[in-house]
Amino acid sequence: MNRVNLTINGKQVSVLKGTSILNAAREAGIEIPTLCYHPDQFVKANCRVCIVEVEGRKELPSSCSTEVEEGMALWTNSRRVLEARKVIIELLLANHDADCLMCHRNLNCELQKIANQAGVRINRFENVLEMQEVDISSPSIVRNPNKCVKCGRCVEICNEIQGVNIIEKIGRSGEIEVLPTFGRYLSDVACTCCGQCSTVCPVAAIYEKEEIEKVWEAVNDPGKHVIVQTAPAVRVSIGEEFGMEPGSIVTGKLVCALRRLGFDKVFDTDFTADLTIVEEGNELLSRIKNGGVLPMITSCSPGWVNFIEQYYPELLDHVSTCKSPQQMFGALAKSYYLDKMNLKPEDLFVVSIMPCTAKKYEALREEMSVDGVHRDVDAVLTTRELGRMLKQAGIDFDKLPEEKYDDPFGITTGAGVIFGASGGVMEAALRTVYEVVTGKNLKRMEFHTIRGLEGIKEAEVDLKGLTVKVAVAHSLSNARRIMELIRSGKADYHFIEVMCCPGGCIGGGGQPYETTNELRMKRIQATYQADTDLPIRKSHESPAVKALYEEYLIEPLGEKSHKLLHTHYRDRSIKRAQ
Amino acid sequence: MKLQNVIEKHGRLPENLIHILLEYQAQKDNNSINEDEISHVARELGLSENRVYSVITFYSLFSKEPRGKYVIQVCNDVPCHVNGSFSIIEELEDVLKIKMGDTTRDGIFTLEKTSCLGCCDKSPAIRVGESIHGDLTPEKISEIISFYRREYDECRE
Repeated sequence: MNRVNLTINGKQVSVLKGTSILNAAREAGIEIPTLCYHPDQFVKANCRVCIVEVEGRKELPSSCSTEVEEGMALWTNSRRVLEARKVIIELLLANHDADCLMCHRNLNCELQKIANQAGVRINRFENVLEMQEVDISSPSIVRNPNKCVKCGRCVEICNEIQGVNIIEKIGRSGEIEVLPTFGRYLSDVACTCCGQCSTVCPVAAIYEKEEIEKVWEAVNDPGKHVIVQTAPAVRVSIGEEFGMEPGSIVTGKLVCALRRLGFDKVFDTDFTADLTIVEEGNELLSRIKNGGVLPMITSCSPGWVNFIEQYYPELLDHVSTCKSPQQMFGALAKSYYLDKMNLKPEDLFVVSIMPCTAKKYEALREEMSVDGVHRDVDAVLTTRELGRMLKQAGIDFDKLPEEKYDDPFGITTGAGVIFGASGGVMEAALRTVYEVVTGKNLKRMEFHTIRGLEGIKEAEVDLKGLTVKVAVAHSLSNARRIMELIRSGKADYHFIEVMCCPGGCIGGGGQPYETTNELRMKRIQATYQADTDLPIRKSHESPAVKALYEEYLIEPLGEKSHKLLHTHYRDRSIKRAQ
Repeated sequence: MKLQNVIEKHGRLPENLIHILLEYQAQKDNNSINEDEISHVARELGLSENRVYSVITFYSLFSKEPRGKYVIQVCNDVPCHVNGSFSIIEELEDVLKIKMGDTTRDGIFTLEKTSCLGCCDKSPAIRVGESIHGDLTPEKISEIISFYRREYDECRE
């Protein structure tokens, strides 16, 4: 017998053997509140919120960690369960800074939700929280220990998925804390700023450093020309902030929403994604032809760049010198566009909407400044921050009409769109490199083996007798596997795409809360749909990119490109005594 | 023995972490493992610093802060509490002239709380090094402290 029969709240249920009580109840349409539980993570069972009553048992087991048994009779909403759950939530709140009205997660907080659901109106326990300093040292992430419920989700994603483990549970039992290495500030440990911790945090213990005020100030300054760029992954996720179906493609509404916020021009990062492909593709061909360092690795993902600078600095020569699309955009805005519009540097303000927290750090890098004085990108908002800003402005996203991006940075291709999904940069590069090298028309543009959520994906492409071998990795634990292969001389690839976040940018650290693998798959599907919906699907065929080369850049890897579109990296490992 | 030698002796595998830390800490004067040593062990065993730090903070046997030669751990769990561990703590603080968590000036004793020592039948109980002292009353404390002072002096002679 592979199935188990039981009753939940008096209702007959049959589920597969080995199912947890929590999932059995969910299958039966009965919701049990949870806090530490996350569908993509190990069962932790430390918050105790999901307790249920099992007839014949004295204690109330946690439903996430208890398997169903034949003949079990259980209650998820008996008086005893509801009262005990209320006590548990009151105990959590007795050690929590519950200034909910002023909190980042107000109306978007898992603890607030379950407290409301349980009907907590007073707390019978005295608040024992000892207020601690909020860590604002990182350019990307704020850590507020006063909000932490010690669920351990951030620790797991930092350790198991990203493999960097810079936050960890320290101490034991009631004295447990979640801290960066040795209790230091985030800026003093080898944090990659990826922000994955913030996407799984159920409360406001870790969140992005908000730049909304700065952007409001700029758009309301009549002396400033404020332009905005939107990353590929935002168009398939921002709808979720407004209750739209995950995987909704909302490009046109996004453009309209940004205009209504007051941006003077709305541009697309996809444009510089296309440009990245032309520059990076030519860099790859030049490395192959001239015996340069191979495998070459992509450089679009700033969390990944932080990782290699901090953990594998000896391999930095493998990284493409191309700036990320965000920074290529910033550099062109503060040079080409500035001249074209006849603006002064101090009057042009460039904002990016990114699925990413590490982009905030990237925009602050001192080398990311064309004139050495002004930042190329002045402010970076995550998808979540944009959601909040639109709500502040009372913009009903779902009801907006669809509008088009502005010229000249608004004409883009499907190749630029798929940058948002793991494998997308590689696929976009292969579409271009194939045609440039062979001179032939690529008939089937889909490279299916490098799509999806598999950790490391591979493909081979025949380019006029040269078999080019490529690999794609996403999440830093997989990046580490690739780095170890290169270190030991076993990586016989020509080109590797690495994205810091699981699933690529669609699963980025700045994406809507409660991201799961299921949601990632929906955003990935939407990304490839957006690609096929576009008339042009190869970066080198973008008329806007062609025009930019003719008018301004002259040629890929040329002098202007070198100055504006390429960068360098440095060893940023934290050295310790031997 | 140098830290590296202790690591080599046990083998550079993550599962040997606790044995390595225990052996190394026991031979140190300040009864603790500092940040540089944590980094060293982590690197050699292929663990993150944070994981090693987490282990050290989880087990009350270990400490990152310098401690006395003898660590006096007072059980902080319920049976010892209801049998009067708080008065044992008061007496220890009086005799040693330090507060809970501190180390005596001469570096001989550190006073700590610990979770259950597994000898509730002898509650209230304390552990000093590897020895358990149970069925305690405040009156018995001075004698226990004197015993360890004598042992310490004899070792140094």
